[in-house]
Amino acid sequence: MIGIFDDPRIATGAVSKDAPLLQVEHLTMRFGGLLAINDVSFSAAKREITAIIGPNGAGKTTVFNCLTGFYKPTTGRLTLNREGTLFYLERMEDFRISQEAHVARTFQNIRLFPAMSVLENLVVAQHNALMRASAFTFAGLFGLKRYRTAERDAVERARYWLERINLVDRADWNAGNLPYGDQRRLEIARAMCTDPVLLCLDEPAAGLNPRESLELNELLRFIRDEHGIGVLLIEHDMSVVMEISDHVIVLDYGRKIADGAPEAVRSDPTVIKAYLGEEEDEELPPEIAADLEKKTGGEA
Amino acid sequence: MAAGNVRTAEGALDLPAILKDCLMSALVVFALAAPIIGLRTIDTPGGLGIDYRFDDVALAVLAGFVGRLLVNIYWAYGGRRRPPAKVDAIKGDSFASFMKKVGLYGGPVAILFAVAMPAMPFADRYVLDVAILVLTYIMLGWGLNIVVGLAGLLDLGYVAFYAVGAYSYALIATYFGWSFWVCLPLAGVFACFFGIILGFPVLRLRGDYLAIVTLGFGEIIRVVLLNWYEFTGGPNGVSGIPRPSFFGLNFARIAPEGEQTFHQFFGLEFSSVHRIIFLYYLILALALITNFVTLRLRKLPIGRAWEALREDEIACRSLGINPTNTKLTAFAIGAMFGGFAGSFFATRQGFISPESFTFIESAVILAIVVLGGMGSQIGVVIAAIFLIGGTEVFRELEQYRMLAFGGAMVLIMVWKPRGLLAHREPTLKLPPTAKAEAKPLAGAGGAA
Repeated sequence: MIGIFDDPRIATGAVSKDAPLLQVEHLTMRFGGLLAINDVSFSAAKREITAIIGPNGAGKTTVFNCLTGFYKPTTGRLTLNREGTLFYLERMEDFRISQEAHVARTFQNIRLFPAMSVLENLVVAQHNALMRASAFTFAGLFGLKRYRTAERDAVERARYWLERINLVDRADWNAGNLPYGDQRRLEIARAMCTDPVLLCLDEPAAGLNPRESLELNELLRFIRDEHGIGVLLIEHDMSVVMEISDHVIVLDYGRKIADGAPEAVRSDPTVIKAYLGEEEDEELPPEIAADLEKKTGGEA
Repeated sequence: MAAGNVRTAEGALDLPAILKDCLMSALVVFALAAPIIGLRTIDTPGGLGIDYRFDDVALAVLAGFVGRLLVNIYWAYGGRRRPPAKVDAIKGDSFASFMKKVGLYGGPVAILFAVAMPAMPFADRYVLDVAILVLTYIMLGWGLNIVVGLAGLLDLGYVAFYAVGAYSYALIATYFGWSFWVCLPLAGVFACFFGIILGFPVLRLRGDYLAIVTLGFGEIIRVVLLNWYEFTGGPNGVSGIPRPSFFGLNFARIAPEGEQTFHQFFGLEFSSVHRIIFLYYLILALALITNFVTLRLRKLPIGRAWEALREDEIACRSLGINPTNTKLTAFAIGAMFGGFAGSFFATRQGFISPESFTFIESAVILAIVVLGGMGSQIGVVIAAIFLIGGTEVFRELEQYRMLAFGGAMVLIMVWKPRGLLAHREPTLKLPPTAKAEAKPLAGAGGAA
């Protein structure tokens, strides 16, 4: 990693072990005249699920796209701490963020490889490790033992995740033929196969039924507790957010309006205001007030 | 056109509808026939003149009308109208399973047949020549299949690499006199190099844009070959390209001073077919190497990355796959096989000129890949036999050959829109025996 010239994207040494896994500082993203993210700072820790919530268009997915290199932020610093090495994500190309900094993500609209089998989807995710093992194809071409072992390990890792998401029986199915909920979980498993330190999930519970939502909660808790990685979660489903997240960040119109434990955020007046609108202070017109009075009186 | 509404709701014949349908058909025939059949250029004393053949047009229109009427009558009395979707699906399924079997077991059978072919009684010089041509296109199809079928990069200029391979062998052999066996790898290296040179700037483009740029690149190569007169001979091409030798034994009737020829060495009667058979086995070997390398690459991480890139590039980026490098390898390896095929073409023909590397060649190779079913190896073989061998079969039809051929292609694409062999086998399957220690993990989480 350290060459003759220092890589400006990476800093090594002199990093406190307590530094957060991800530190976002003054992140701003501007599309022409539109300020999608306005000076947002937050951090995410290892072994924690950090949820980012907010009304539609608040800039949640834009934060993800900046983190995973799909957008280059206008300003701001995104620092990922992987075992004492700092990666400045805003300086890295998208595929290097996954390759070197080990940040994995899923997408709001599922992006599997639909014509490839479930197992192949999970093995493709281990591409970089397998490429090294196959000596960039040459060892693989001649079927050397080193590559064969690596491939067997890759399949075993895939099997491990297939067991986690209950898809062992459908390993040889085309991914595109799976039911929707299975596709969602497969995408998470595929992201986990890249061996990430930070997993970014963009609305993983969207379109899931209540039972599948519960399974998802189980899976995310398992990932956090057993694999000890940080999970960053965008979600609208409050049953998921409040149930499993350790830390909630609320965005509205590109600004951070709240940051804290789920209980605290839930009762935060600014958050309620952002979601439900401001309470009307003005007096209601007398006839409506009278109607309202009558109605509530009648019910009581 | 309201095709097939031959009966009214009450079940009576709907004559006006039938008549309208037939008139529409006649009109279409007229629009086509008026310029194609109606006008004919003839030599007049003053130059080129036009002869009008209205009676022939009238005949064609009448034939169109009556033909459509007959179809309508067939539909009206017992004949099945457009087959309902269900029937189609059942038919499609049985065909698909048949083709799946062809895909699985057809390969070895086809290889055995190809190896034994020169010894068969019908294999005369003409058959072998056609077979060599078909094999050349099979090899080109397999090479392009890496780029289009696996990596999903639409390349309309594949013939450029074929030309680079052919010219690099022809020029090295005529300028320096190096042997075919030295030039063959060199031709591959050159084509590969050109693939990388082209690939670097254009692989950021996607879909249609990439197709246009590769089309342009194909034309650039051809135009350069045409105009660089001092080096490539321009439109005159390169002639007198040396023939390959069999481990130093050439196929001439009389050996040069101090050398032996193939027939002398093996004590055979001289026959010009020996050289053809040798060329046949040469291209068969080259094509099979292409096939085995492709099949092998497909099962390696690089091959899976190609297919993943074809499926979803953004997902690939999020998994840490470098899209540019991955596409570049596909482009370069595809180009390399094109180069090998090109140098074979040069040595077989003994003469090459830019005319052999026009856009139509790229189109034919692409048609082979698409018709065969993108990414299918056996599909390429079937499509190449149909497309290249088919034009030979239709040779009897003389000027209507391409018409019949085009019609057959349209029918196949209507019948199998995803290509003859659209089935894809996964590159690896989950081995059935689970590791013992993996079992408890499944129970621990309880994600039912």
